Amino acid sequence: MKISVDVDKCCGAGQCVLAAPDVFDQRDDDGIVILLDATAPADQHDNVRKAAAVCPAAAIEVRQ
Amino acid sequence: MTAPSPSRVTVVGASAAGLSVAEALRRDGYTGRLTLIGDEPHLPYDRPPLSKQLLSGAWDADRLRLRSAEALDALGLDLRLGAAAVALDTGAGEVALADGSRVGYDALVVATGAAARRLPGTDGVAGVYVLRTVEDALGLREELRPGRRLVIVGAGFVGAEAAAVARELGAEVTMVTDAAVPLADALGPDLGAMLSQVHVEHGVRIIPGVLVDAVLTEDGRATGVRLADGRTVEADAVLVGIGARPNTGWLAASGVPVGDGVECDATLHAGAGVWAAGDVASWPHPRTGQRTRIEHRANATEQGLAVALNILAGPEHATPFDPVPYVWSDQYDLKIQIYGQLRGCDRVRIVEGSLAERRLTALHGRDGRVCAVVGVNMPRATRTYRPLVAEQAAWPSAADLDPALSAGPAPSARPAPSAGPALGAGPATSGRNA
Repeated sequence: MKISVDVDKCCGAGQCVLAAPDVFDQRDDDGIVILLDATAPADQHDNVRKAAAVCPAAAIEVRQ
Repeated sequence: MTAPSPSRVTVVGASAAGLSVAEALRRDGYTGRLTLIGDEPHLPYDRPPLSKQLLSGAWDADRLRLRSAEALDALGLDLRLGAAAVALDTGAGEVALADGSRVGYDALVVATGAAARRLPGTDGVAGVYVLRTVEDALGLREELRPGRRLVIVGAGFVGAEAAAVARELGAEVTMVTDAAVPLADALGPDLGAMLSQVHVEHGVRIIPGVLVDAVLTEDGRATGVRLADGRTVEADAVLVGIGARPNTGWLAASGVPVGDGVECDATLHAGAGVWAAGDVASWPHPRTGQRTRIEHRANATEQGLAVALNILAGPEHATPFDPVPYVWSDQYDLKIQIYGQLRGCDRVRIVEGSLAERRLTALHGRDGRVCAVVGVNMPRATRTYRPLVAEQAAWPSAADLDPALSAGPAPSARPAPSAGPALGAGPATSGRNA
């Protein structure tokens, strides 16, 4: 799995952190996404897909 | 009874909610026919940037695409764009499109969204805008430059975001609202007052507490507005931001229950294999028991996911949609975020930051329980309070929280009450972008 985030699109909702806290975090000051693991282990793939789906700024792209 | 595994799903509405349904169906293994119908000619695009990055010129329209062409291709959709649905025949299980064609379904999703409300008598008047589509934003953008005068009717999030962008582009901005305090409908009186002050500091002229009577025109072009008290405000352009109305007209003869939106059950099913998601969907929220319709971006996606799962489960096994709603707004250098619903809230307490710093997290409560958390420029901290909203936690006593963090006087010099909550009660109506 290859994950990419568009920090320019990110609106700081934090929905990705709620869906996949092992893969995403937020910067303290502005809430912009921090990608902790751009490949993510297999046991996180469902969570990552959920995170990409619920992102209200369509800022997460997942390629298999 | 609807078959548990439909082989033809038709989604009417190709924006955030409709796309979310389609993607979730495929992700969860649906391999049948999937038709996505949209009245706009564009590939699915995102609307929050219309009043932000697209209006400011920071992004071009292509940047609003919700998914790449390849990602859409991979969904294997029968994609019908520029094709408005005009009628629904639930007996035959068919949607009629404006071009005369009909599309059958076993399960239908209504995701037709909402249309911006307009002022009477302004159809076809040049210089009058709403902000709902990419064309709306690009048209308004042409008006925003130094020396041009913009009047914004309404002071919800859309109007306030457009005001911020217009000032940044150098236009003169007047905001007219019937509310006593702009943004108070969405945020409560104290946060509304703080935001209003920010707009004033950026040069926005605010005229509160008065309705707009009419748009003034000359040779078919707007020249300003007349207020209900007789005053006039001259302008080169008028932006009308007075809320939206669900797009249900095409369902009129269908038998689908329609009130303020499509009236679904708690699982978003409206009966007869018809489901709804996004701005158009109304459902009894399991937490409040109240019929709710939410016009926010995050809700569109989450309802789409829920509808997809419920279609695959079948109406007998569908589960209630029980979200913690989320909305955000960007104005100048402020990011405002709300988890939960402010409607009916009767107490507010700032738990981090302060109004004076314009950086805060404020818990909102109703009937002794936490119902929402509002953040200003504290995204990460604000999110950490979301579990209290999700759990509907008991309202914390003052002793539970650091007293040093309670609110000081608002910048508007409105004194904090000597007893009770640190802020005035929040909005009495709703948390919609109105």
